[in-house]
Amino acid sequence: MINFQYLRTTTAKSAIALLVKDKNAKFLAGGTNLIDLMKRGVTAPEKLIDINHVPLKQIEQIGNKIHIGALASNSAVADNALIKEKLPLLSWALQAGASAQLRNVATVGGNMMQRTRCGYFYDTEMPCNKRQPGTGCGAMEGFNRMHAIFGASEKCIAVHPSDMCVALIALDAEVVVANAKGERKMLFKDFHRLAGDTPQLDNNLKADEMIIRLEIPVNNLAKNYHYLKVRDRASYAFALVSVAAAFELSNNKIMDIRLAMGGVAHKPWRLTASENFLKGKEATLSNFEQAAQLAMKDAKGFGGNDFKLKLAPNTIIEALNLAKSKA
Amino acid sequence: MEKKILKDDNDRVDGILKVTGQAKYFAEYELPGLTYGVLVTSTITKGKITALDTKAAEKAPGVIAVISHLNKPSAAAYEQEGGPQMKIFYTDKIFYNGQPIAIVVANTFERATHAASLVKATYSREDFNTDFEKALKDPKAKKLQGQADYKRGIENAYKTAEVKLEERYFLPIETHNPMELHGIIADWRPNNQLTVYAKTQGVKATQGTIANVFKIPMENIQVNSEFVGGGFGMALRTWPLEIATVMASKHIGKPVKVVITRMQMFTMVGNRPAAIQTIGLGANKDGKLTGITHRAYGETSTYENFTEGVVNMAKFMYQCDNVNTAYAIVPVDLSVPIWMRGPGEATGAFALESAIDEMAHALDMDPLDFRIKNDPETDQQKNKPFSSKNIKEAYKIGAEKIGWSNRKNKPGSLIEGPWQIGYGVSVGVFNANRGKASVKGVLKADGSLLLQSATSDIGPGTGTGMTLIANKLMKIPVNKITFELGDSSLPPAPSQGGSATLSTVGSAVNDVCVALKSAIAELAANSNMDATANFVDVLNKNNLPQIEVTKESQGGKERDNYSMYSFSIHFVQVKVHALTGVVKVSKIVSVGDSGTIVSPKTARSQMLGGAVGGIGMALTEESIIDHRYGRYINNNFADYHVPVNADVPEIDVNFINKPDPYINPMGAKGMGEIALIGFSAAVANAVFNATGKRIRTLPITPDKILA
Repeated sequence: MINFQYLRTTTAKSAIALLVKDKNAKFLAGGTNLIDLMKRGVTAPEKLIDINHVPLKQIEQIGNKIHIGALASNSAVADNALIKEKLPLLSWALQAGASAQLRNVATVGGNMMQRTRCGYFYDTEMPCNKRQPGTGCGAMEGFNRMHAIFGASEKCIAVHPSDMCVALIALDAEVVVANAKGERKMLFKDFHRLAGDTPQLDNNLKADEMIIRLEIPVNNLAKNYHYLKVRDRASYAFALVSVAAAFELSNNKIMDIRLAMGGVAHKPWRLTASENFLKGKEATLSNFEQAAQLAMKDAKGFGGNDFKLKLAPNTIIEALNLAKSKA
Repeated sequence: MEKKILKDDNDRVDGILKVTGQAKYFAEYELPGLTYGVLVTSTITKGKITALDTKAAEKAPGVIAVISHLNKPSAAAYEQEGGPQMKIFYTDKIFYNGQPIAIVVANTFERATHAASLVKATYSREDFNTDFEKALKDPKAKKLQGQADYKRGIENAYKTAEVKLEERYFLPIETHNPMELHGIIADWRPNNQLTVYAKTQGVKATQGTIANVFKIPMENIQVNSEFVGGGFGMALRTWPLEIATVMASKHIGKPVKVVITRMQMFTMVGNRPAAIQTIGLGANKDGKLTGITHRAYGETSTYENFTEGVVNMAKFMYQCDNVNTAYAIVPVDLSVPIWMRGPGEATGAFALESAIDEMAHALDMDPLDFRIKNDPETDQQKNKPFSSKNIKEAYKIGAEKIGWSNRKNKPGSLIEGPWQIGYGVSVGVFNANRGKASVKGVLKADGSLLLQSATSDIGPGTGTGMTLIANKLMKIPVNKITFELGDSSLPPAPSQGGSATLSTVGSAVNDVCVALKSAIAELAANSNMDATANFVDVLNKNNLPQIEVTKESQGGKERDNYSMYSFSIHFVQVKVHALTGVVKVSKIVSVGDSGTIVSPKTARSQMLGGAVGGIGMALTEESIIDHRYGRYINNNFADYHVPVNADVPEIDVNFINKPDPYINPMGAKGMGEIALIGFSAAVANAVFNATGKRIRTLPITPDKILA
């Protein structure tokens, strides 16, 4: 039997203390991804630290920031009145993810930590540099319809599967993490990594750290927003491409704007060039189209996912159209 | 407040059992001393096992036995020459990736699962090919005739027609994926007595297969399969994994349960084979078909041939003097396919009904008018009249309900914001079968009727249909009628497949009821009672607690005189997003022309399920293999996309509901297959009408729309 120790703790401090004691320990929150990975033999932690009883489920406004505890469930955040009022883009993105049952147990921190859904990563009989560095990338010349068109490396072309994280990168979220010595804060956009030469690393969380909460600045983007997820069926499917779009309009002029994409890179993909182009401009179809083209600079397909080179800009345009027509 | 369940006579007889968890499925039987088997599978695609290290597994906690070709547990038929190539545990050959090569039995499922991971196989590898298209192009690759060539009139007449087209259609592998995982419980006891709890579409077939492999009398084998959580064809045979489980039970002398994983569902229990089809159509300018050519290639395995009726429909569906068909199968290094709902006819109908739509477009005709214009009065293939056919009426009903008059013949004409709207139609047809079955009826003095037959119910509602047939004939309330099935000791009936159960077993129910009624009438006459006397009074007067009759029933000469088919028409409206390529089926109207509708609720459910399966075939389902490794990529429910609720609009189900005068006493023809057959073409045709894009490769995913 692949034995593992199951521990349960009720404070972040003790959770971190347990984590650092063992190199091969992992936190267990909702478990919607980790348990699958254990069953498939992709990962075999020796110690599972159940953190579900750690009181990190708050959703509250402090000053001009909304704090969301790392253990708030995806559905608790999506259905929260404060989130719906002030950060509706986040609520929409969450509701586009997984299924109701999964959202009920999946947590914010777990959502950030989920691994790619690349089929080669999950099948231990096939090569995968992310699962087993040095074995090669199965997807590069294999089935890569779901894979990255931005920032891919020679080692890995997997994508990050989250919807929530696409909204979070758009919303300029910050992540508070802690180790035994104390807390540190990082920008959400710096949390996930590109694959580069180390595809086994999904993010910049250190081995002795725990995600504590998100802090998201309140903004003026709660009127014109949309999260558009294009997928192979209407629910319970990962994005081919998704777009989080939100802007502040004044007399049809875009005062502030956020744009990010999912399903296109090893991390949620912020579209800064497109944002800069649109800022101060009229919200017209022609401007949307130009912004979408700007977003595609440096995009590269691998055969099976070439269609994303067309789908991605189209989805940006449609997300902007829908955000505009929302008011 | 007490909640009341509203019931009516047409309800599913086992509906409450199912929704309250009382219906017991094979894996739920707890036998004393039950052990758990887990299958070890090959990780190469072709070659030989050169070594199998089972030591670590044997030593693992709770392990009772590891069984493989090394210890070959006794199975009399496998010890002889001949028979199937892939005799489980009697061969060291690997025919495909994921082939079961050992079974580990332990005292818990978890321990068996872990021990199975400790079995290490060493192989000698051979070159392989799992790519059907590649095999098709390779002149050296084997191609076997799958059905006799058919020719009526001039071969390839389409080539010289006034208006002609020739197009190629591709269907990928689909996997049945019923919700219930496959498996079996086998309990081999002394004196070669065996009881199994199976997931099967035929308890008698399972009994016969096991008897053949182990060379023990049928009577020694008891097969139970009262409830089945979906089959769709994959439970129409007894698979090697089931034989392995019986072997294991015989070997260890304890009951063994095996439930395979979702991943193993892709490699151990068949699939709908991939198919590549070419249709040639010719017509004159007035819109009369002058030539139909249908050539198809279907995928099969290297160790067993599988064929199905892919090209059947082309031979009789349309009035045309010149028709030729050919069908070949192409072996690749994958597990053997099996019928999946609608089977080959659904594959063929996608191609033929797409091509018919294409021809209507080429002629600038409404595709419905084109179909009506070429609708045959008689079956030109068999040269016989149809036993019943109300297809023109069905066209009319469906067209009205979908709002066909809103359709524009010019593609891309209807726009709603970013959505392009289109309408599509197609026909489904399947042989209206009737086989041979026996039913026992026991009429009791307490006013009840018990009916028994070794038939199955994989979901369509067999018990409900049979109860309603008896209810109508005997005037006994439905709550006083019990229909027992899924038990091999009951009077024999065929497997549930090919839309034949209601026709076959229902006829036997009919005959039993007629016989019981005449027995009661005779008893009444003999005891000076009125001929119309209630059977309870008659039995009481004669001091009889019950009377029983067993009847075998089958059709007669009517099939020599008539061509018997069930028909369906599917109308769909789709919305296609011009920018994202997303296709939504927004309206469905299906019309069934399958004789008398015996059980309106379960018949409607069949049509609903067919439409949902049809959406899957058209838009989402595809089993993807990486041909470099011969392994499936999307062998799980997250990545193999069956439609979800959000993909399914309201489905308007209609029936012609006119009795077929010849097929059987009820006038009822089967309808499980026609619910799906043709549906995918209706969607593809609607997508063309919406966008002007003709997608000939299923499923129609956003990337294909954007291409």
